[in-house]
Order: sequence, then structure tokens, then C-alpha cells
Amino acid sequence: MDSHVAQLQMQYRNYILSLYQQGFLDDQFTELKSLQDDGSPDFVAEVLSLFFDDCVKLVGNMARALDQTGTVDFSQVGANVHQLKGSSSSVGAKRVKGLCINFKELCEAKNYEGCVRCLQQVDIEYKTLKAKLQDMFNVSVIIVHMNPVSVWDDFNKIILGKE
Amino acid sequence: MGMAAAEWQFHVLAVDDSLFDRKLIERLLQKSSCQVTTVDSGYKALEFLSLRQGVESNNDTTVLSTSPQEVDLIITDYCMPGMTGYDLLKKLKESSAFKHIPVVIMSSENVPARISRCLEEGAEEFFLKPVRLANLNKLKPLMMKTKLKNQKLEEIEKLSKDANGTIEVEPEIKDSAEMGIKILPLQSEAEPKQVHLQVVQQEEQTLSNNKRKSMEEGLSADRPRPRLEGIATAV
Repeated sequence: MDSHVAQLQMQYRNYILSLYQQGFLDDQFTELKSLQDDGSPDFVAEVLSLFFDDCVKLVGNMARALDQTGTVDFSQVGANVHQLKGSSSSVGAKRVKGLCINFKELCEAKNYEGCVRCLQQVDIEYKTLKAKLQDMFNVSVIIVHMNPVSVWDDFNKIILGKE
Repeated sequence: MGMAAAEWQFHVLAVDDSLFDRKLIERLLQKSSCQVTTVDSGYKALEFLSLRQGVESNNDTTVLSTSPQEVDLIITDYCMPGMTGYDLLKKLKESSAFKHIPVVIMSSENVPARISRCLEEGAEEFFLKPVRLANLNKLKPLMMKTKLKNQKLEEIEKLSKDANGTIEVEPEIKDSAEMGIKILPLQSEAEPKQVHLQVVQQEEQTLSNNKRKSMEEGLSADRPRPRLEGIATAV
């Protein structure tokens, strides 16, 4: 195998591992990956895409709800947090999910400043994750380009330990 | 209905208001080799089921599904606007047409009171989200049993046969309120199949005996089935 490709693959592998180690992803993401197959080759990409769309929408809703100059409807904020918690949990976005758990408590306590801060963190966190996953996909595209082996095979080997 | 005995593919109706969750559950079910139809509300679920009822004779399928099959399981989210999963469950169990279909509830929240409420209302299982493949594997035996039971009951209606001399029939199928029916033994053609069905029948008898007992006592048994409707009622 071309050493250039091997090097890239090594970097790719380390990159994925680091996402897990740094707590960006958890084993639910692994589960999702295992649901992908030849019949549904884009499943993970589709799910991630839906998840990030959800993030944009829900963060927007919450920002609007918290932007009320009158009384803030915390139950409205809470409902959105609940949804985001659900989808982040289902996709394996560990850090986002963790933030949502805190966020929920802040809503219940009707802690305005706390909520605003938490929302900012959620915003940063999902965007960070998105960028990292994008990087991962980009690298994988390069690898695929250079070496016509499915990048998901690599992923399988790395994450599912089928070396 | 005329389902071939070899047709073991299960058709699951999945109900969830979140597109994201629908996508997930659909993939999970497909991965479990089930045929899936997804809808985004309890209302649509009931609509789909009602349309289903009259579909068998002609091959006129609805927009939502591609093949004229029965629904073997309904899996629904709990938290949905308008009609919750619990509301849907209640409606299904109150309907003579649909109460035989096993229902599973999913929820992202672990609320014991909610879980027991659903189980008491007749849900077979309660899954915490995110649902995993392992959860769905639990459902196969359940769907198999239901399918066999319904097939068997169909067969009983057509051919009258037995080995023990008595066959107890579930009240939902017959219109009368009679719990036990004696059927005179006749010669049956399909010997091996009959043996298989008898095995299932033994289990069913135990189950239906328990059910009958709990209904008579008016108490909830271990697997509570609180619905006592002797006469089939319209939806």
C-alpha cells in the first residue's frame, strides 16, 4: 500500500479515536455506524445532516424564546431542550447531550442568565462537532480518492476493532 | 387474508413526530428485516390502520406502504403533540379491530409511573431512547407469536380440527361472549402443521386461561390486561 495513503489513514484513524476520547462522540455513534450497510450506505451522513438541521432550528427557537423582553416562557425553552437532548442522545453527540442535561435544570429553575450562557455553549458545541465531523469526512474523501477502498471499511476497522 | 405460512416478514408501523427519530427507527427496523411504515402522528397511524383493513381484497395499496400486509406491531413515541403515544395506545386497545396488534412505547425519559401506566394499558414493552437493535430483537418472538396466533385462529375458523377435543378461542375473534367453545374433532389434512400449531395452542391456552382468570377476578394479573369487553364493539 502506498505509504502516503497509509499515513493519511493513520491520521484518519487517530482523528476518529480522539473524537471518542475527547468525549465528542459516544457508543451510540458506533451503534449508528453499525446500522449502515450496502443497502443504506449514506445512513450516518443522512442522520448527522438531520441532527445538525435540528440543532440550527432548536437553537434558533430557544434564542427567540430567551430574547423576550417581557416574561420568558421557560417551558417553551425547556421543550426545545428536551428535543435537542433526545436527538443528541440518539446520534451519540455526547457533549451536546451533556449540555442539554444542565440546560434542562436551568430551565426548570427559571435561571435566565444560566440559560442564556448554556445556550451559547450549546451553539458552540454543536458547531464544533459539525466542523470536526466535516474534517473527518473530508479526510475520508481524500483517502477514498487515493485508495479505492471504502472509507467506511476503514471506519469499521478502526471503531469496531475489525483490524 | 390467506397469508402463506412461510411469510415471516413482519410489518411494523412506527409513529413518531420527529423526522430524526423516524429515520432512526426505520433503519433499525429495516436492519431487523422488518417491513416499515412510518407516520408522524397518532391520527395518521389510526388512519393508516383503518385503510389497511379494507385493502386485502384488491391490491390497491395506500400511499404510505408498498405491499398489502397486515401490521404486526405498532411502535410509538410517547411524547407527541395532539395525541400522545399513550392516547394512541388507549384508542388501539379500545378498538376491536386493532387491539390484537402488539404495541410498544418509546420514550426518551425514564419515568416509572409513565412506564407502568403504559404497561397497564396494554403496551407490550417500553423502550427508552435511543432504541437499539438489541431492543428490537426482543420483539421478534412477540410478533411471531401474535402472527401464529392470528393464523391459527383463522385456521380454526376454516377447518375445525383438534387433538384434545376442546379448543378455547379468544373472545376478540368470535362475536359472542362465550369464552370456551367445544369443537367436534374432524380429520385434518395438514398433519405436521397441526402439530406445530398445537404447541402454540398449548401456550395460548395457558395465556388465555390466565387472561380469563384475571378478567373473572376483575384484577390485574402480572401482565395486566384490563380490557374486558365481552361483546365486540365498533371503533
